[in-house]
Amino acid sequence: MAFLEIEEIHAYYGHIHALKGVSLYVEKGEIVTLIGANGAGKSTMLKTTSGLLSPRHGSIRFEGEELTRYRPHEIVAKGVVQVPEGRRVFGRLTVRENLEMGAFALSDPKLIEANLERVFNLFPRLKERQKQVAGTLSGGEQQMLATGRALMANPRVLLMDEPSMGLAPVLVDNIFNTIRQLHAQGTTILLVEQNARKALEVASRGYVLQSGVMVLTDTAQNLQRNEMVRKAYLGET
Amino acid sequence: MRKNSPTSKGILSSLKIGLKTGLVGAILTVLLSLIGMVEAFSQRYIIHEVISMGHTLLLLSGYFIADRAARRSISKGKSLALLNSLISGFLSSGSLILLIFLGAFVNLRSVFINASPVLYQLLLFGEEIRTGVLLLFFVGGVVGFFSGLLYLLTGWIKKLTLIPLGSILIAGVLQDLLRPTLAAWGPLSILSEWIFTANGLSISGAIVLGVSISIGSLLWSFKGKSLQRGIKSLSGSKRKIFTYAGFLTLVFLLLVLPHLLGLFLSEVLTIVGLYILLGLGLNIVVGYAGLLDLGYVAFFAIGAYTTAILTSQELGFFHFTFWSALPIAILMGIFSGVLLGIPVLKMRGDYLAIATLGFGEIIRILVLSDFLRPWLGGAQGIGKIPKASIGSFEFARPQEIYYLILAGCLLVVFISLRLKDSRIGRAWMAMREDEDVAQAMGINLVSTKLLAFATGAGFSALSGAIFASKLGSVYPHSFNVMISINVVCLIIVGGMGSIPGVMVGAFALVGLPELLREFAEYRLLVYGAALVVMMLLKPEGLWPEAIRRRELHEEPGEKLSNDSTQGTSGS
Ligand SMILES: Nc1ncnc2c1ncn2[C@@H]1O[C@H](COP(=O)(O)OP(=O)(O)OP(=O)(O)O)[C@@H](O)[C@H]1O
Ligand SMILES: [Mg+2]
Repeated sequence: MAFLEIEEIHAYYGHIHALKGVSLYVEKGEIVTLIGANGAGKSTMLKTTSGLLSPRHGSIRFEGEELTRYRPHEIVAKGVVQVPEGRRVFGRLTVRENLEMGAFALSDPKLIEANLERVFNLFPRLKERQKQVAGTLSGGEQQMLATGRALMANPRVLLMDEPSMGLAPVLVDNIFNTIRQLHAQGTTILLVEQNARKALEVASRGYVLQSGVMVLTDTAQNLQRNEMVRKAYLGET
Repeated sequence: MRKNSPTSKGILSSLKIGLKTGLVGAILTVLLSLIGMVEAFSQRYIIHEVISMGHTLLLLSGYFIADRAARRSISKGKSLALLNSLISGFLSSGSLILLIFLGAFVNLRSVFINASPVLYQLLLFGEEIRTGVLLLFFVGGVVGFFSGLLYLLTGWIKKLTLIPLGSILIAGVLQDLLRPTLAAWGPLSILSEWIFTANGLSISGAIVLGVSISIGSLLWSFKGKSLQRGIKSLSGSKRKIFTYAGFLTLVFLLLVLPHLLGLFLSEVLTIVGLYILLGLGLNIVVGYAGLLDLGYVAFFAIGAYTTAILTSQELGFFHFTFWSALPIAILMGIFSGVLLGIPVLKMRGDYLAIATLGFGEIIRILVLSDFLRPWLGGAQGIGKIPKASIGSFEFARPQEIYYLILAGCLLVVFISLRLKDSRIGRAWMAMREDEDVAQAMGINLVSTKLLAFATGAGFSALSGAIFASKLGSVYPHSFNVMISINVVCLIIVGGMGSIPGVMVGAFALVGLPELLREFAEYRLLVYGAALVVMMLLKPEGLWPEAIRRRELHEEPGEKLSNDSTQGTSGS
């Protein structure tokens, strides 16, 4: 039994059949990446896992416990935490207030303080800008904040939705370095990315999603060599 | 920008600002005249027999329009700014002259019933037409020039012009508040008789008031800073004494207020108080949690009717006292808040507003229905609701009901303050900022929303219960949608999410119109205008919440309005 196990998920938006029987698993301490084109259903997959969207069929188990019958806030409390797509920070709150909001599910002030310390160690930039209003941060800083905010909840599995979206190459490298650091600290990560090259560099295994169907899964190394992946996602000819 | 050597073409194009802004002023002054406001307000004087409120209205519009013109063209240079405000002033009064001429040839009254000879007489300052028109045109120019000049001036001269004029204006507008208040204070009554006539300030009173307030403000600006510094430099314990003294003075003032104000003003105060209660409740729903609820009057009605049913001797079902009915009324409010909340949990924004609007109407129609008439009295309502009393003290007259409402307000302010800093307050804030992310943060949206609806509804029901006992009877027509809209407006004008904002909003939108009886007819118009002006000039409200102030203060204030693409900003 894997740490996080998703089996035969069917999800709908009204009549749109967004996920057509998708399965994947993540082992404890692992980075797994989910790649796919625009509209393939990657974000839908994460939303279903974190309970923001209810699947019509299928099961999602975390440490053997069925998640689909829980509501989103209960799933967060269990340690399955999502960094939403497009760095949706609370634009009118300060950096610190954003981070504190991330710890909403926790009640122990010492733990919150320790988490804050950890996030500031990971992103010294955020520490400098604690009092700044989040809406005025640069794109890269906002991504750091969104990630830091999710870390405040003590995630046992971190669901990251396209952390590199819209960032300059230097910042993309930064974000992936952070992901490596988190991995080294023992965080389990399910990483959704369009930047397949980078994602496959940090992940141990990968999945390829196409129009709501999982078409391929393998170790990251094998995927990097796979003909179809190279053509479609690594931009090689 | 061509700042130094404007070409003739450049000058012409910069005069466009004055023409455009002036056109807005022209429309504004004509509009004010044709809807009858000028005439209605001309009955009342700011300074007795010198200047009426109707004229003041026109002068103020001319002043603000010219001020806009100056602001928007200041980047082109000072002289051009002055020229532009002069032009806009001339346009504002010129349009009135056109109106007068038009009225002389065509009978406008078949369409605009207010375009009467009385109005023309007013606009002509009671003069014969040739002198009157010249005078009117001239006054427009003077107001425009004066406004532009004041905008360009800085420092002392500006302050010493604005402060006396402003204080005379405020004293004149609030004469119904100030005169009886001063009169109630033995020695001050002589002063009040001397400053005020039965209608407006006396000339000598106005002069003395203006001069003394200017001198006071001068003294304050010289001595005030050192005084403030003095207080700040006091040691901790001494400063505490100062804060306590301030606090005690405030408490004392709040306690004796109805005795100072007398019957009429206490009545106004109780109405404002009821709206503050309503506003603080809706502030939780709209301001804290970001849920636009337009059916808020429903809970006010539920609180009032629950109290009525439980206590009315006319119905005779139950014989509760006010105090035993009150908690039940509040519980009923909370319960119906949850009941309304459940079906609209998934709705956001406009959809939520419309659904709740419907809920408000449903309650009113239910109360009116024949089906419920045996219990709720239909259109006749329910009468003989006993007053609240403690021992032999009865909260019967406005001066006494005031204390009931004051207690309610203090309680609700206390709860609001505590809630804001609590865990649930943070959940509301997160939900208001971004519902999806709030959920991803581990916030239970269902309970968070329901709690907001329930708390707001409870406050509203409390207000309703006091309202029922104050009036002694309840009628369905007291609970129409206008109450919901008034409350939403006062929150927006005061500043969403801000507790002092709610109070300021209630005094401005509920208290002020009560003091200016002439407003009654134009209440909705004034609300609309107030909202539009607020959105243009101070969208965060009169006394905004810290977070919203933060958001809107990144932009360098006036810079935005220099842009000439903004065509319709005014008044
Ligand atoms: N709220 C919604 N309502 C209706 N359809 C939706 C909704 N959200 C997503 N979809 C549709 O579901 C499909 C999958 O969307 P999803 O957001 O999961 O794609 P994605 O793989 O994350 O794409 P991207 O890389 O662009 O973020 C798309 O066809 C999208 O149009
Ligand atoms: Mg996506």
